[in-house]
Amino acid sequence: MITMAQSSVFQIRTEDAPKLPAPVSTSGAVGWMRQNLFSSIGNTVLTLIGLYLAWLLLAPLVQFALIDAVWTGEDRQACLAPEGSGEHVGACWAFVRAYFPQFIYGRYPAEEVWRVNIVYALFALLLIPLAIPKVPFKRLNAALFLVVFPIVAYFLLTGLVVGGEVVLPIVETRIWGGLLVTLVIAVTGITASLPLGILLALGRRSQLPIVKMFSVIFIEFWRGVPLITVLFMSSVMLPLFLPDGMTFDRLLRVLIGVTLFSAAYMAEVVRGGLQAIPKGQYEGAMALGLGFWQMMRLIILPQALKMVIPGIVNTFIGLFKDTTLVLIVGMFDLLGQIQSAFSDPTWATPVTGHTGYLFASMIFFTFCFGMSRYSIYMENLLHTGHKR
Amino acid sequence: MKANLVPLLLGAAMGVAATSASAGTLDDVKAKGFIQCGVSQGLPGFSNPDAQGNWTGLDVDVCRAVAAAVFGDASKVKYSPLNAKERFTALQSGEIDMLSRNTTWTASRDSSLGLNFAGVTYYDGQGFMVRKSLGVAGALELSGASVCTQTGTTTELNVADYFRSNNMPYEIVAFEKADEVVKAYDAGRCDVFTTDASGLYAERLKLTNPGDHIVLPEIISKEPLGPVVRHGDDQWFDVVKWSLFAMVNAEELGITQANVEEMKGSDNPEIKRLLGVDGAFGEGLGLSNDWVVNIVKGVGNYGEAFDRNVGPDTPLGIARGLNALWSKGGIQYAPPVR
Repeated sequence: MITMAQSSVFQIRTEDAPKLPAPVSTSGAVGWMRQNLFSSIGNTVLTLIGLYLAWLLLAPLVQFALIDAVWTGEDRQACLAPEGSGEHVGACWAFVRAYFPQFIYGRYPAEEVWRVNIVYALFALLLIPLAIPKVPFKRLNAALFLVVFPIVAYFLLTGLVVGGEVVLPIVETRIWGGLLVTLVIAVTGITASLPLGILLALGRRSQLPIVKMFSVIFIEFWRGVPLITVLFMSSVMLPLFLPDGMTFDRLLRVLIGVTLFSAAYMAEVVRGGLQAIPKGQYEGAMALGLGFWQMMRLIILPQALKMVIPGIVNTFIGLFKDTTLVLIVGMFDLLGQIQSAFSDPTWATPVTGHTGYLFASMIFFTFCFGMSRYSIYMENLLHTGHKR
Repeated sequence: MKANLVPLLLGAAMGVAATSASAGTLDDVKAKGFIQCGVSQGLPGFSNPDAQGNWTGLDVDVCRAVAAAVFGDASKVKYSPLNAKERFTALQSGEIDMLSRNTTWTASRDSSLGLNFAGVTYYDGQGFMVRKSLGVAGALELSGASVCTQTGTTTELNVADYFRSNNMPYEIVAFEKADEVVKAYDAGRCDVFTTDASGLYAERLKLTNPGDHIVLPEIISKEPLGPVVRHGDDQWFDVVKWSLFAMVNAEELGITQANVEEMKGSDNPEIKRLLGVDGAFGEGLGLSNDWVVNIVKGVGNYGEAFDRNVGPDTPLGIARGLNALWSKGGIQYAPPVR
């Protein structure tokens, strides 16, 4: 029996006991590692092998790119190990530094480089607010970016002569180069190929036989030839077919080739999205009395495009990297400009080439990784409940 | 210097149809005010853009010499960097006025491709580079050597011919890209590195210890490099040809960039004729009579151009060798101006 005196020892808890921290073995860095890296013998072995491989790869890279690197210097002497010393010299960043303007602007005349800078700045100023969903005035922004910016950029980059008076001196496209050419080709290709691709995709699914046939032939033709062939034809064969003395601008030829080529790929990506839309959506739209273009604009395309964002961005990234192919038609994109600098006897050393390629890969990675992350962000933003 | 034959032949077939006679390149050039000159996409010492984007090199100097002859101003040149495949099409289609791009003068190019070679700026040829420590003094001591070279080029065939005809065993170590060949040689994968001699000097700069390597004296193939113009425009052909000859003649007569003005007062009849003091040889070419003065002022004589771009004091450090004047043991020779 429990007496009163004894019962006073008992008490009834009126509030929660203080929460103890989770055991060390399941929380914090240690816990995370236990759970994810060392949860079993097999995992532990794999983790150790992975770490070892990463060490094998990263240690020399860091050693080469940072620790042994040469940061300043006037010419190749700076990046050479003393004769016979057997020392290793790392990345020759002094070379990249000396050539940096050329990598960014090509051989654009130094006194006119401000024009390229304005174009770069305008591009960033217009693109960044366009890319951030929260910023208002999207329509105005898009109109500025897609209509006004190309015109302004065209005249800024190529030059402007009004009635015989030189406002901006003409700069021929043959001396453009470096990142400028890479971006001009990539941005033009990307912005022009998406609408073209959508039209072609709609055309391919059209009921009108002529439109359909044209679209199919167009798409299959451009998908059937390699981009190198397209570029080569446009730069080597086309001039032979044209009448004497008549020449197209080389950059223009490349731009048209790249755009048509990627439009064909884009069309197939978009068609994939169109096919994934259930028939009921089409029928529903028609039942509402929407015409073809209204149906596409309001119902079908928003859903279809959202679904194929990864595919679209994939094509964009592919296009961005394919710009390096223009080297074979004698245009110097970023990679071409870097490669052509290797042969400069003032800077030729055993490490010059490696440094140049490292620099090129860093820039390409920045752009492509940026595009890829943004596409994931957009996917999540537009994710409205169809997934999983 | 070596090119794939198929695009060339294709280009030739098209080219013949496309090259119709326009109004004379010289008049066209004078009208537009500059020469469009096809150059390489970067070959050290011959045509190479520097960090400021200015083109320099021996081939570039030929373009500049022609511009100096036509306009009296060596800077009136625009450059088209071309790769090996498109260089002839660019010339045939009229995109460029002349091609000065380390192009080897061969029979097929001179005839069936519809081109004219205006002379030889540089007598090149395939050579060998070895380590000094090997103790080899000549190519005939290379018996049993392993040779690094690029696949699918005439260099590979030339090596085979050379070693076989001299009854020497050898081993080819071939790579796809020029850079890989250099790396392999540098890493000791082979004893000998072979390509065109001018290229050997350029690639030597990419080796870890350039001083440990020598280029052997033997040259096993003929690669005369020179400027090229279209077939069927004799006047322009003459202008380019004689601009080059003028540089060589100027060197022979001791006329340099520094002394050209005082040389005008020379009593030597050859110098008087060359510099336009006597006679009207420039007018015969459709140029002004002081055309050679302009060339030497703007570019210098052949020897000066050579020394400035590829000579012993440049990183390339190429000796004159075959490219010395005929009077000094080489074969650079220009017909007289008279």
